[in-house]
Amino acid sequence: MGGKYDVLVIGGGNAALCAAISARRGGASVLVLEGAPKFYRGGNTRHTRNMRCAHDAATEILTGPYTEEEFWEDLLRVTGGQTDEVLARHMIRESKDILNWIVEQGVRWQPSLGGTLSLGRTNSFFLGGGRAMLNALYLTAEQLGVDVEYDAEVTDLVIEDGMFLAARLKRPINGETEIRATSLVAAAGGFEANIEWLKQYWGEAADNFLIRGTPYNRGSILKMLLDKGVQEVGDPTQCHAVAIDARAPKFDGGIITRHDSVVFGIVVNKHSQRFYDEGEDIWPKRYAIWGRLVAAQPDQIAYIIFDSTVVTSFMPTLFPPIAGQTVAELASKLELDPAALEKTITEFNAAVRPGTFDHTILDDCRTEGVTPEKTHWARQIETPPYLAYPVRPGITFTYLGTRVTKESRMLMADGKPSANMFAAGEIMAGNVLGKGYAAGMGMTIGSVFGRIAGREAAKHARN
Amino acid sequence: MHGTRILDEADRLMTVCNSCRYCEGLCAVFPAMEMRRAFSDGDLNYLANLCHSCGACYVDCQFSPPHEFNVNVPQTLAVARAESYATYAWPQALSGAFTRNGLVISIIAALSMAAFIFGFAALNDRSVLFGVHTGPGAFYKLMPHNAMAALFSAAFLYAILALVMSVRAFWRDIGTPIGGRADSGSIFQAIRDAGELRYLHGGGVGCYNEDDKPTDRRKLYHHLTFYGFLLCFAATSVATLYHYLLGREAPYPLWDLPVVLGTLGGIGLIVGSIGLFVAKSRRANELLDENRYGMDVGFIAMLFLTGLTGMLLLVLRETAAMGPLLALHLGAVFALFITIPYGKFVHGIYRFVALVRYAQERRTAA
Repeated sequence: MGGKYDVLVIGGGNAALCAAISARRGGASVLVLEGAPKFYRGGNTRHTRNMRCAHDAATEILTGPYTEEEFWEDLLRVTGGQTDEVLARHMIRESKDILNWIVEQGVRWQPSLGGTLSLGRTNSFFLGGGRAMLNALYLTAEQLGVDVEYDAEVTDLVIEDGMFLAARLKRPINGETEIRATSLVAAAGGFEANIEWLKQYWGEAADNFLIRGTPYNRGSILKMLLDKGVQEVGDPTQCHAVAIDARAPKFDGGIITRHDSVVFGIVVNKHSQRFYDEGEDIWPKRYAIWGRLVAAQPDQIAYIIFDSTVVTSFMPTLFPPIAGQTVAELASKLELDPAALEKTITEFNAAVRPGTFDHTILDDCRTEGVTPEKTHWARQIETPPYLAYPVRPGITFTYLGTRVTKESRMLMADGKPSANMFAAGEIMAGNVLGKGYAAGMGMTIGSVFGRIAGREAAKHARN
Repeated sequence: MHGTRILDEADRLMTVCNSCRYCEGLCAVFPAMEMRRAFSDGDLNYLANLCHSCGACYVDCQFSPPHEFNVNVPQTLAVARAESYATYAWPQALSGAFTRNGLVISIIAALSMAAFIFGFAALNDRSVLFGVHTGPGAFYKLMPHNAMAALFSAAFLYAILALVMSVRAFWRDIGTPIGGRADSGSIFQAIRDAGELRYLHGGGVGCYNEDDKPTDRRKLYHHLTFYGFLLCFAATSVATLYHYLLGREAPYPLWDLPVVLGTLGGIGLIVGSIGLFVAKSRRANELLDENRYGMDVGFIAMLFLTGLTGMLLLVLRETAAMGPLLALHLGAVFALFITIPYGKFVHGIYRFVALVRYAQERRTAA
């Protein structure tokens, strides 16, 4: 591999591959530089499962319509209005067509079968999951003639006056080399696997974060772009973070470390104190808040406490719950103060008001006279064995990124659009997601802006 | 803790897979797994035999090696599957035959039988063995029909008995309630699923073989072998009926039903078994149960030999080669019969039973 390409794509996930395929279909010669080895290719796409797209009617895989307006309202709710409305509405409109376009690239959907996620109407599920989706995209890209290089560590970007000229690359065998291209698509993810960088905003707490996805998203491309005059977007402390099992590996534990038992019990910190309303809202929309909540607790650890009556109400878990025949026994196994935990549970139980439990809706099971309240799904914790999962913040992806236009073109710090630099995926997700998260949005951002970036990059290269 | 190391590993993987479930749309194994939260030995043997080893879940898994979770479902279930054959074998004293039933044993059995028939005929009259025989009853110059029928019926009936007893033990272990009956709807569904190899499709794109590019080759060769075998079996059955009901003796003319069925079946067996062998030798090592390579290849070799000697016999039956070829052909068939309950043949039976169980579970859950 050498010479000059029309379009250079840095990154190897969903956004990068959509960009590469779309650029290649637009007539450009394309090189994809994936920093990871082949097995780990695809960044966090490897761990995803579904994509949220607007659609006007039920389809074979989706149970009902999900209008652009409803998608917009969902986005507004999770971000609390911290979103670029023009870009977001543009993305939502484009997402309708992506639902079919992605299938034309070889990706297969499956009917939403089991599980406890109530996403059958809004989200399409990849048959075989995110890695299957990636495999299909890579196969298509290679058949179209896209070149792919793995273990490709980009060490520098040559950028002059907002114009990309070349990328410097360290190859494992051949050493330093330079690759020139007419256009650049940066789709190299966020910086969540870079603990040192996280510490700049979170301090020492970041040492206790677990990284759910790829260890390869160290943000090096993002840093180079910001250092070379690309305009920044997003709050660096904002990210998609959920509470995951504290026993999970530091990196790449993926989906199977999650817990969706919060609504069935209570969550306490290391002082056995509750700190947030566990029954605030329906699970898929709100589960993303718990990572940040736990990050704000001492030592970044918390415990989901429940009893034996609910163990089959949620997905089976990789790590078994920690059990005790009494609250005191459970507390000592968790290294919590038994008296404090007993007090918290007794007070909680006393505050539970009678109601009709239904975890599929915001039901009327609530507490009175305890702080914080549990506003839905509140039931007494009283049937031994008492059970607990220890949880820590699990960072999925970060929102600090490069500002882009509707054409996915990067904006420079002086407000001018770059001549030939485009961004897609996690590296620009912060344009749309100022904070919060709703399932499947990362993939929507990746596919929609990936396709646009590839198309526009090819158009620029061929002019 | 389970009875064996591989069942412990299968249990670990099913716990991982059950907390992920990304593969639930790929085949029957994962939806069946989702109906359980804990796994008994019987459950794991059931899931192992439900797996068609298409490899899709390995290629699609974000936790397959080199990931530290080290999830390799096709290989683990392949090993568990092979061990389950021994677990349910009847009589139990012969369960060790599975590990020894490799290529060599099959071929020795075939050759021994051929030599026996060969010697039997040669001792009687050398001219019979190397003579040219034509017309009805030509084959029985070598060995009287009744002797042939008695020998093969005995081998066949024993094989059936051993299979029935094994399957009974398997069904008791995987079914609820213990000893419960399969309903006809589930059996019919399983016949369709097995007949079209519904779950050997890698989620719709084909089987994963030597790399991450799926193809349907293994499915095609498997179909050729399976339907080839059935056609040969049908040919033999029709010929038996001809003999006893119509009094018409083999060999039959080329246009006659037993020969037409046998010819088509023979071609299927030869092409299919070669294809399966090539596919197996090219298959990515990480998907294979390498310890059982001998058992698999032995079975493929016996099917190939049966098809090949049968076809040669058809072509050369009016020459002096008929005698030795018939001896070889009968030897191959005999070896195939007696190794049926203790060789790779049983994979089809157990898989079918697992599919019946799966169909039943789906109907009950619906």
